[in-house]
Amino acid sequence: MGLIQKSSSNQELRHYRGNIPVGNLYTAGIAGDRFFVDLRDKGRLLGTRCPSCERTFVPARHFCEECFTRLEEYVPVPSSGTVHSLTAAHVDLDGKPLDPPHVLAFITFEGCAGGLVHRLGGAPGQSFRIGDRVEMVLKDRKKRTGGINDIEHFRPAKGSRR
Amino acid sequence: MGMRRVAVIGAGMTRFVRRAKETPKELSFEATRMALDSCEMTRDDIDCVVHGTAPDAFDGVHMKAEYLCDGSGGVGKPYTRNYVGGGTGVFAPIQGWYHIASGMFDTCLVVCEEKMSSCQPHPQGAFLTIFDHTTERALGPNLLWIFALEMNRYMQTHGITLEEIAAVSVQNKGNALDHPCAQLGKKTTVKEVLESEVLAWPVHREMVSPTSDGAVALVLASEEVARRATPKPVWIDGVGWTLDTAYWCTRDLYYPRYVETAARMAYDMAGITEPDRQIDIAEPYDPFAYKMLHHMEGLMLCGKGQAPKLVADGVTARHGRLPCCPSGGLLGVGNPIAAAGLMKIAELFWQLRGEAGKRQVPGTPRKGVAQAWGDLMQVGTVVVMGA
Amino acid sequence: MAKRVRSMQDFDFRGTALSADEFSKGKVITTTGEPHAEYAWDCGPAISRYLEELRNGRLIARWCKRCNRTMLPPRMFCELCWCPTTEWRFVRDTGIVNTFSLCNITWDMKPLKTPQIPAVIEIDGASAGMGIMHLIGGCDPRKVRIGMKVKAVWKPAAEREGAITDILHFTPA
Repeated sequence: MGLIQKSSSNQELRHYRGNIPVGNLYTAGIAGDRFFVDLRDKGRLLGTRCPSCERTFVPARHFCEECFTRLEEYVPVPSSGTVHSLTAAHVDLDGKPLDPPHVLAFITFEGCAGGLVHRLGGAPGQSFRIGDRVEMVLKDRKKRTGGINDIEHFRPAKGSRR
Repeated sequence: MGMRRVAVIGAGMTRFVRRAKETPKELSFEATRMALDSCEMTRDDIDCVVHGTAPDAFDGVHMKAEYLCDGSGGVGKPYTRNYVGGGTGVFAPIQGWYHIASGMFDTCLVVCEEKMSSCQPHPQGAFLTIFDHTTERALGPNLLWIFALEMNRYMQTHGITLEEIAAVSVQNKGNALDHPCAQLGKKTTVKEVLESEVLAWPVHREMVSPTSDGAVALVLASEEVARRATPKPVWIDGVGWTLDTAYWCTRDLYYPRYVETAARMAYDMAGITEPDRQIDIAEPYDPFAYKMLHHMEGLMLCGKGQAPKLVADGVTARHGRLPCCPSGGLLGVGNPIAAAGLMKIAELFWQLRGEAGKRQVPGTPRKGVAQAWGDLMQVGTVVVMGA
Repeated sequence: MAKRVRSMQDFDFRGTALSADEFSKGKVITTTGEPHAEYAWDCGPAISRYLEELRNGRLIARWCKRCNRTMLPPRMFCELCWCPTTEWRFVRDTGIVNTFSLCNITWDMKPLKTPQIPAVIEIDGASAGMGIMHLIGGCDPRKVRIGMKVKAVWKPAAEREGAITDILHFTPA
């Protein structure tokens, strides 16, 4: 059998079915808890500043993995940023077409290390490019639960031009 | 053998708790930060990082060593993960040891972390696949079965009583009262242990270690670096590890052959010929009360079937001739799998430096042995340490 | 690098304990995940034949010529001498209890109404000490003893499916 041939007979051999019957419940952690509570209650993005390398990390994290310092200075950062890179997903996890395609970007924030992966949205047919200025669009306060989906998406920043 | 001496020069740990707010990498960071602080080192002083952590399914992060890397100081450094089930916590420092003994590196961070509370409804679900999927798992087993079967065989072979085994829970939970990180330290009695719920006879609830979240870290160094870094290095004198057959129903469960083989390897390297006389302090692996006894015998700290008498006579108490689990062990301090094993190495480090505070064993202990065990009751990992 | 020694007593230990309610009732920020880890494990030639013979109401082992071991469950190589095994050999469906437990809980720590009695059973006709894990049933749990003779209780032939559960349990012989 060549490398690229698929065996479709696996299920005809003698086999035994089973699973690993567990699910997971993850805490957001020391810094993650602060970040998501702030996003939910105050609608802002929180970072942490490293006193050693003077970088500010977004989202907030508990330690600087380079300097290995504990980060205890929490600072709000502007909720508009720049599209660092983007992609458009035309199919979902099961291979079904997505129309319109989902536009996903890595968004960075001025003066900050790190950034957020999130959806890009706006008017129908809106197109995006690397380098675009975008701003955060939040869900209504009542619908926010303290998770990354409290952010609806990022849209073109007001007054931004290409 | 042409290998260099390796010392432990720093240690750190988090509290062991049932459910931690910290993420796994935050737990790793806190233990690692403390280990570095304890020897006044920074991440720049570290040449390589070894991470020990047990099944990915506990933390619920596949390839979790990669996820944990930044919390254990591994960013941009030679970094490896090892995993030998419950034996991991004592194997991780062995892997760190050969990184340095080989001459390849001068310093190594060894970090072990486990966050079992993420695993729902119970971390045992992640253990079910240790049973053969076709010939055993169809019977609907749970993890306690194999321990109960082993404990029963051990008791029957030597005529050991439940009271003798319950005494181990009493000792270790009592010792843990003095450990600042302990989850289950308490004053208890043999009667209380035996009145606790029978989970799988002969295993009672109070003879079982808890599920826990926590992390432990060590800094290892070559002799040259160690002598500059600290006036009190603790040497890794011997290491040993072996794996027995996975056909566990074929082994006689009354005796941990896998521990004896690993111990012989470590003792040979450390020049220990009479472990019962030459070892001052021991941290045998005690996820279940009978396992401390079973492992004392595998470590040849006494003859087969003799361990219960040592506990009954107070020999293994903190102030006894051969203190066993002065930390409080897994029964008392807690059992975040990989981190629990490394906690035992950290305990020897503190004890051999005379820094164990209220837990300090009397006299001047010079030699210690720590051991862990896991997989399908088949792996033995042993480290001998010297002041 | 400084020579100052900081002892364990100098540190405030980190690690924040959450109560069960804080953890599972949304008092702290949490997310959930489902790995959906479903498997179809291949049985291989030795265990496939073992299962086939269970359907026939028989236990079959493999024999290692070099070690003279009759091994159960059967395997295509001997893990001790590292040689291929050479012969199929039927063994009996009786044996002795090597060790046992009375288990009162499920894997997720829920109480069982009727305790299960898992045991290691050394099968007659296999080499000494060759046991398999199975259940004991059809008797008073308080009467089970190490060293007790037991025999397999099979499902009716029509209901067997080629699985270890074709033996319902072992019962005192």
